[in-house]
Amino acid sequence: MKDKIINVLRFIGLGFFEPAVRLAAGEDVKKNLTALFQKVFFPIISIFLFMILWNVGAKKLYNVEKDFKIESARASKGEAGVTAELARIESGESTVNSLPAPKAVWSAFKNLLADHKAISVKKKAFKERVAKTNEKREAQGLAAITYTGRPSFVDQIKTSLWTVFCGFILALLLAVPIGMLLGLSETLRSSVNWLIQIFKPVSPVVWFLLVYMIVKTLTLSYDGDVSFIISFIAVGLCAMWATLVNTTLGVSSVDNDFINVAKVLNLSVGQKVFKIVLPSAFPLIFTGLRITVSVAWMVLIAIELLSQSPGLGTFVWEEFQNGANDSNAKIIAAMFVIGIIGFMLDRIMFSIQKLVTFTEQ
Amino acid sequence: METTIKQNKVDNGLFSNDIMLDINKVTKIYPTPKGDYVVLDDLDLKVKKEEFISIIGHSGCGKSTLLTMIAGLNEISRGTIVADNQTVKGAGPDRAVIFQSPSLLPWLSAYDNVMLGVKQVFAHGTKKDRDDIVKYYLAKVGLEDSMFKTAKDLSQGMQQRVGIARAFALKPKVLLLDEPFGMLDSLTRGELQDVLVEVWNQEKITAVMITHDVDESILLADRVIMMTSGPRAKVGDILEIDFERPRNRAELIEHPDYYKYREHLINFLEH
Repeated sequence: MKDKIINVLRFIGLGFFEPAVRLAAGEDVKKNLTALFQKVFFPIISIFLFMILWNVGAKKLYNVEKDFKIESARASKGEAGVTAELARIESGESTVNSLPAPKAVWSAFKNLLADHKAISVKKKAFKERVAKTNEKREAQGLAAITYTGRPSFVDQIKTSLWTVFCGFILALLLAVPIGMLLGLSETLRSSVNWLIQIFKPVSPVVWFLLVYMIVKTLTLSYDGDVSFIISFIAVGLCAMWATLVNTTLGVSSVDNDFINVAKVLNLSVGQKVFKIVLPSAFPLIFTGLRITVSVAWMVLIAIELLSQSPGLGTFVWEEFQNGANDSNAKIIAAMFVIGIIGFMLDRIMFSIQKLVTFTEQ
Repeated sequence: METTIKQNKVDNGLFSNDIMLDINKVTKIYPTPKGDYVVLDDLDLKVKKEEFISIIGHSGCGKSTLLTMIAGLNEISRGTIVADNQTVKGAGPDRAVIFQSPSLLPWLSAYDNVMLGVKQVFAHGTKKDRDDIVKYYLAKVGLEDSMFKTAKDLSQGMQQRVGIARAFALKPKVLLLDEPFGMLDSLTRGELQDVLVEVWNQEKITAVMITHDVDESILLADRVIMMTSGPRAKVGDILEIDFERPRNRAELIEHPDYYKYREHLINFLEH
C-alpha cells in the first residue's frame, strides 16, 4: 500500500510527499522528518514569506500613490481639496491603481468564480428559453441561436486551454515528422539549417502577424471563429521549435552501436526508423515536447491579446484597459491561474514522458 | 593430450572449400590532415571452417578495424575479404557480431532483442519456430528466467549473455567477437567465457575474436594471431593451440603446455 502510494506520487511528479507517506507508515522517524522539513515544510515557509513581502510591498506602493494624489490635491485646491480627495478615494471614485495586496487578489478571484456561476445560470436559462425556437429553426434548416453574452473567467480558461491544446497538436504534427526527416538526412539538415536558425528567434508577436496575414486571406469567405484559428496556429508555430530541434538532434545522434546492430541485422529503412531510431530518440523528443507545451502556454497570452480570441490573454488585456478598482487584482489572480496551469501542464507532460520513454540506469 | 607448438607464417596450403574466411592483402588507410595513416598494410589471413581464431595485439594496432571490415561496418581501402565464397560488401546477418558493449536496444526485452534478428533471418519460418529459436538460445546462455526483462534492467554481464544469444540465434556463417568481455569484471568475464565455450562447442561456427586477454585466447582459440603494433600492422606471429575440445578451464590451467603457450604470447606482446 505504502509503496503503491509512493510510486503514484512519484509518477505524477509529487514525489516530495514521499517522506510524509513513509512517516505515516512509521518508518525511520528522524530521517523522514528531516526530509519532510526539507521538501515540504521549507517550501511552504518560503511561500508564506513571499506573501508577507508582497503584502508589505503592495501597502507601500498603495501609500505612495495615495500620498501623491493627496499632495497634488493640496497643491491645487488647498486643505479643502485634501478632504474632498480623501472622500473620493474612500468612495472609489478616484482609484488608487497600484499593485494589489494578496487579500484583494483573493477576493477578486472569488468574485471571478461567483461571476462564472452567475453567467452559467444565465446561459442555462437562455438555453431553456431558446430551446423551442431552436427546434423550429432546425426544422426550417436555420442555424441555432447561441448565447452571445460575455464569457466567464472559467470559459476563458477553457478557451485558452483549447487553444494551447490545438497549438500543441499542430506543433507535434509539424515538428516531429520534419525533425525526423532532418535528423535522417544530413543534406536536408544543412539545406534548411539557416532557415530554422532565422525563424527560431522570431518573436511571438511577429509570428502572430505573419499567421494573421496568411489566415486572413485564406478565410475571407469563412465566417467561423477566425481569431481562434489564428491564435492556435501562431501558438503552434512559436512553440514548435524546441521539438523540431530536439527531434532532429535525437534522430541524428542515435548511438552508433544501435546503427551497427541495424546494419548487421539488415533491417529495412522502415524497421530502422521505427524500431531503433525513433525509440532511442524518444527521450529527447519528449523533452522537446515538454518545452513546447511551456512555450505554447507562455506565448498564448500575448497572442490571444493580439487576436482578441476570448481567452486569458484577452481577459488580462481587457482588465488592464478597463482600469476599474479591482482590475489589477483580477490581473494578478489571472497571473497565478496562468502560472498554476502552466505548472500542471508540465507535470502532465512529465508523467507521460515517464510512461512512454525508457531511461538509462 | 598430445600437444605441439607450431608456428606458421605462411599459408598452410588448404583447399579453398575448407576456407570460410579469406582476407586477402587488406589495407586500411585513414586520411588525416597530415597525410594518409595506414592502419593495416597488406594483411593476409585465412580462417578454416569451424575454426576459432583469436587476434591479439596492442591497443591501436588495428585489430578492431580488421574485425569491423570483416563485419562490413567499415570500408576496405584495398584488398578483398571473402566470407563463404562471397566478397564482403556491407554488413549482414551471415556475419554476426558480438560487440564490446552489449549494444542491446535498452527499451526492448531480452527476448525482443534476440527476436529482432531472428525475424530477419527466419522470415519464412513459422512464428512457433522463431519463438523456439529465441527461447532455445536465451536458455543456452542461462537467461530462461529473465528473458522478458527489459534490457536496461539487466546487469552488464546479463546483457552480454543476451548479446551472445542474439549472435548465435542468427545462425551466422562467421561469428565476430570484438573484445566481448572487455567491459566486464573478471569474475563475470570467467562465467561468460564458459558460456561462450559451451555454446560454441555445440554450434562450431567459424569465429574471429579480438581480445587483449592472453588466457582468454588460449581457452577459446584454435589459433592465436598476434598482430604487430601499428601503424602498418600485419600478422606478426601465429600460435596454434592444440588442446582438445571440449576444453575446460580448470583442466587447462593444470596442463604443462598451458604455460608454454602463455609465455609465447606474452613474449610476443612484450617485444
